[in-house]
Amino acid sequence: MSRIAQRFADLAGQGRTALVPFVTAGDPTPEVTVPLMHALAAAGADLIELGVPFSDPIADGPVIQRATERALAHGVSLRAVLEMVRRFRAEDTRTPVVLMGYLNPIEVMGYAEFAVAARAAGVDGVLVVDVPPEEGHDLVAALRGEGLDLVYLVAPTSGEGRIAKIAAVASGFVYYVSVKGVTGAGHLDVADVAEKLAQIRHHTALPVGVGFGIKDAETAARVAGVADAVIVGSALVGLIEARAGEPQTIPTVVGDFLRGLRQAIDAGASR
Amino acid sequence: MSPDKRQHWPDAGGHFGPYGGLFVPETLMLPLEELREAYERYLADPVFLAELDADLRDYVGRPSPIYHAERWSRELGGAQIFLKREDLNHTGAHKVNNTIGQALLAKRMAKTRIIAETGAGQHGVATATVAARLGLECVVYMGEVDVARQEANVYRMRLLGAEVVPVRSGSRTLKDALNEAMRDWVTNIDDTFYIIGTVAGPHPYPAMVRDFQAVIGREARAQMLERTGRLPDALVACVGGGSNAIGLFHPFLDDEAVAIYGVEAAGEGLETGRHAAPLCAGRPGVLHGNRTYLMEDADGQIIETHSISAGLDYPGVGPEHAWLKDSGRAQYRAITDREALAAFHTLTRTEGIIPALESSHALAFAAKLAPTMGRDQAILINLSGRGDKDMHTVAALDGLTL
Repeated sequence: MSRIAQRFADLAGQGRTALVPFVTAGDPTPEVTVPLMHALAAAGADLIELGVPFSDPIADGPVIQRATERALAHGVSLRAVLEMVRRFRAEDTRTPVVLMGYLNPIEVMGYAEFAVAARAAGVDGVLVVDVPPEEGHDLVAALRGEGLDLVYLVAPTSGEGRIAKIAAVASGFVYYVSVKGVTGAGHLDVADVAEKLAQIRHHTALPVGVGFGIKDAETAARVAGVADAVIVGSALVGLIEARAGEPQTIPTVVGDFLRGLRQAIDAGASR
Repeated sequence: MSPDKRQHWPDAGGHFGPYGGLFVPETLMLPLEELREAYERYLADPVFLAELDADLRDYVGRPSPIYHAERWSRELGGAQIFLKREDLNHTGAHKVNNTIGQALLAKRMAKTRIIAETGAGQHGVATATVAARLGLECVVYMGEVDVARQEANVYRMRLLGAEVVPVRSGSRTLKDALNEAMRDWVTNIDDTFYIIGTVAGPHPYPAMVRDFQAVIGREARAQMLERTGRLPDALVACVGGGSNAIGLFHPFLDDEAVAIYGVEAAGEGLETGRHAAPLCAGRPGVLHGNRTYLMEDADGQIIETHSISAGLDYPGVGPEHAWLKDSGRAQYRAITDREALAAFHTLTRTEGIIPALESSHALAFAAKLAPTMGRDQAILINLSGRGDKDMHTVAALDGLTL
């Protein structure tokens, strides 16, 4: 069983919802990322999404755009991100890591070489924002060959037909984008999300995570009531940005915030 | 794809060989599907096409003439040069052929808000123009760097009632304006129509924009047959994203005897790295929804481009050009800033036509090609725009401030 499947199975056994933080690799400096990942795991992260910087992040709002620019200013490449995962994995063999980014850096490295390198570094899954199922065949094949999951997005605009098409190729978990918009935008409606999740679960037995628009502990707890995983990105990246001038404080500050979300989610579950 | 079916590209998924496609976040798949359905339906609808033709005639001023540049041809001492006069269109360039068409589609799809990206401002002006005419809200995204260097076009767009939004992310130029327009679209898909200005972007944009621009080549093909009794021996057009070029080339793709040349911006020289010539000096990758040739570094990050002409200053190129290059049907060359500027002055002094700096790249290559051909042969150049917008740039090179 893959690390991702194992983690979701364990959580299901405990009746708990996964908490999934997203941070951009190399933001604000490359040295911060590995200690930050350990702090996230210690604060209750069940899976870590690590953003791979790309020069043209069309699905990201201003907060993650700026994180990307900070990382790129340090020349953080896909290979550098894999090295960060390798160092994290040397000490943490249990927390799944999913890379989230755009296709071009993978395209340039080559799908086969990327899959082998990602596997060797200890990556568990990949979410490529600009690859819908229609364009994903070769990438899926390369990743499957190395036992890696390809996580797909489902959007509020995805109808039955598209959900079925996505469910047929997705692995690891399904990521439901809870708002029409970019990362960090808008406010999600938990009732709408619940309705859409029911529709998605009709097509797949995979766990379904919800992200985009979860900004605080209260929203996280409410979404946790209906989702298998709560994904929080821009709120954490905003904290990192505020501390960019004193990067050594970032693991503690972000870890404390995540612990608050963890407590709110677990308290909600026990009520 | 057999060679005799070139005009039938792309496939159902928007692929031109390995290029093109639909590389977008899931949220955009539905609006792109709706757009594809509308495009396929209305481009086969006689009522829609009649309305489009009437607008192209009465509002844009089509057909644009072809002009035999006799004096310049004589000076070059080789092939006869003909210019397709897209510079005479309303708003001064070929861009309006496409914005007229997409705005009519927007109206059919009951969208009330238009967004667009622009670099030099020509596509922004052409979009603001048709939005004003149809009474649609219009927002144009423009890199902060371009806003500063194209003040006159920013003012024109605002006069036309458009909101111009300076984009402060990334390199603050055209590619970032496109990123921002995509983000707007993802957020406002219910009421918004995104008018992309070139033959790039996700399917169906490369095919749709080409079909709206192909009026250039259809007219020119008939005009050349009427004027000279035969087809030209070579076509020449500048290539940034490549919409004016594909508009000219497409109706000639299956005329095997017609040589086709696309001309990219070599900027300060291909060897300096400061250029905008992905077909001549880049490599394939994925950007802005399609796979094509790109200007990128070893890690797959998109790099900044350079050209004297803002309209060619783009790190990608339409996927159909990528496939025309690989298949050998078209050849791509690059012309430096200096060579383009020389051609700009030559045409102005020789024929009394001030060309856009973009089109000057095509002129400069044709000036190299013509002397290698016979006097009984013909080169057809797409004069894609007029040079009025470039007065500040050219004057500054002469040490003048207007």
